[in-house]
Amino acid sequence: MSELRGVIVSHAAVAKAMVDAVTAITGIEGVLTPISNEGCGTAELGERLREAVGPGPAVLFVDLPGGSCFTSSARYAKQGGADIAVVTGVNLAMLLDFVFNRDIPPAEAARRAVDAGGKAIRVTSS
Amino acid sequence: MTLALYRIDDRLIHGQVVVGWGQPLDVSFIVLVDDEVSSSDWEQDLYRMGVPPQIEVIFSSVEKAAELLPGWESDARVGILLVGDIDTAVALAGRVPQVKRFNVGGVHHRTGRKERLRFVYLTDDEAAKLRQLAARGVEVTAQDVPTARAVPVGEFT
Repeated sequence: MSELRGVIVSHAAVAKAMVDAVTAITGIEGVLTPISNEGCGTAELGERLREAVGPGPAVLFVDLPGGSCFTSSARYAKQGGADIAVVTGVNLAMLLDFVFNRDIPPAEAARRAVDAGGKAIRVTSS
Repeated sequence: MTLALYRIDDRLIHGQVVVGWGQPLDVSFIVLVDDEVSSSDWEQDLYRMGVPPQIEVIFSSVEKAAELLPGWESDARVGILLVGDIDTAVALAGRVPQVKRFNVGGVHHRTGRKERLRFVYLTDDEAAKLRQLAARGVEVTAQDVPTARAVPVGEFT
């Protein structure tokens, strides 16, 4: 089985910034691929996904649970032919967990990411 | 109120529509006119996920929209009507005289299209269709977000 990859799909430059942050923190490169929806419609975003995912398997980390990044990712996961899971609400915590835990199937990695990412969301008040 | 915005946007329901326009217009419903989406429950579920629960989403074919549009126009709430391409806009305006304006909000790069604005790429044929639409009395402008200038059709086609 090919190595599990992560693809971050976002508005503007969020995805690129997250990949840079993961690399800065972990030193791990080449595991995450950033995709922006900047300047592209549905068809071109689908093409960017195809290039990034390759033969898979992959987890697509999407910024919002709706909108063009999400609809294109969900559509590609359904129709793209590779073993793909989609997670929305991407945050740095889930990506940091993901890059160290990729010897599992995409669906399991996605569940793990949701758990890790959710635990990182807290309120601290005086 | 009425349909406050008629928009051509190949991303259909997405952040610019729901948040960028939806918030300042205080939108209560979105009508998505697309023959393909209107026939797919799965696609409709995808698009609904991007919309807050207080905003109703109505999916319609062009044919059905032509029938129901007067009702949406007289709705007491504020709504947005979305189509994904210029042909759908032309088809709808051709069937319903009440369609008096279209905002080109996002038509992106594809083979054969040329950049007209940062967010508008058109083939020569598509540009001609927009000019024809305007010649029939429909106000056609390009504007991605409310804070941007509405560019008249003559400036980008």
